[in-house]
Amino acid sequence: MINGIDIVSVWVLDQDSAKEFYTEKLGFELTTDIKLDNGMRWLTVQPPGNTGQHFLLMDPSHSMLDEQTAAAVRGLVAKGALSPGVMATSDCRGDYEALVKRGVEFTSPPAERPYGIEAILRDDSGNWFSFTERKQQW
Amino acid sequence: MTYRKADVSSLRMLRRARDRIDRDYREEIAIAALASDAGYSREHFIRAFRAAYGDTPGRYRTRRRVERARELLRSANLTVTEICHLVGFTSVGTFSSRFSELTGMSPTRYRAEAAARGGPAPIPGCFALMWETGLPDIPAPATRPAARQDRTSGEAAGPAGGVPSGA
Repeated sequence: MINGIDIVSVWVLDQDSAKEFYTEKLGFELTTDIKLDNGMRWLTVQPPGNTGQHFLLMDPSHSMLDEQTAAAVRGLVAKGALSPGVMATSDCRGDYEALVKRGVEFTSPPAERPYGIEAILRDDSGNWFSFTERKQQW
Repeated sequence: MTYRKADVSSLRMLRRARDRIDRDYREEIAIAALASDAGYSREHFIRAFRAAYGDTPGRYRTRRRVERARELLRSANLTVTEICHLVGFTSVGTFSSRFSELTGMSPTRYRAEAAARGGPAPIPGCFALMWETGLPDIPAPATRPAARQDRTSGEAAGPAGGVPSGA
């Protein structure tokens, strides 16, 4: 039976910049940074606290994608069309303030929603994430 | 839907301009200022923005304001006039007509219908927001047919724009 999600793939435009953004600005922990035989750089990070939920920060140009598809994906990421998912926080407003001070960009500030308090965060590549403190019953 | 390397850096600049509209939609930021921040002339910026997102920056801002107004009409205990000013319109007449163009009904009727349906929308607001601001294909108003005539690459815009999800 499927019992969780270990790794979520996130397309990024520049792995060095993404590594810095996720670890230094968002405070994630680096879990792997190795070069595979096929030339792909396997770069993973996880939220602090050893959650076991990893982001795989992938460069479309050094992946299984052909050149044309990689270029299309890079364009979609750059223009802000892609969203890998929802980041969970226990203090949306507090974290928002702290992250903005560190230079993280949000397209929407924290706002009350039926399911909790939510802001919209951009990573350094252009991916957007819901940044949500969920209500108990949701 | 293939982008060259140079396109990626221009798309980033366009996206930053769009993020600024999303973030500061209440403010009347001059399009020329957004253009120069993105490294474009005003005219070139408007063309490039429309090619990427299917709408001009000005129309995009209007859509963003109307989308914010829809949420407030569904959820907030404010008058239509208050909501009009809150989302950045200066005239209730303009607000009503833009709202009707994009939504197909007046703000007052929209609120009444939302109240009749009852409760919040069943999908998270952020996703509704991104869909609504990301897709250009809201039907063109009959009174302003010229506004959308020469869109070219609107198909590439928006979260549903052919994302190779399994790749």
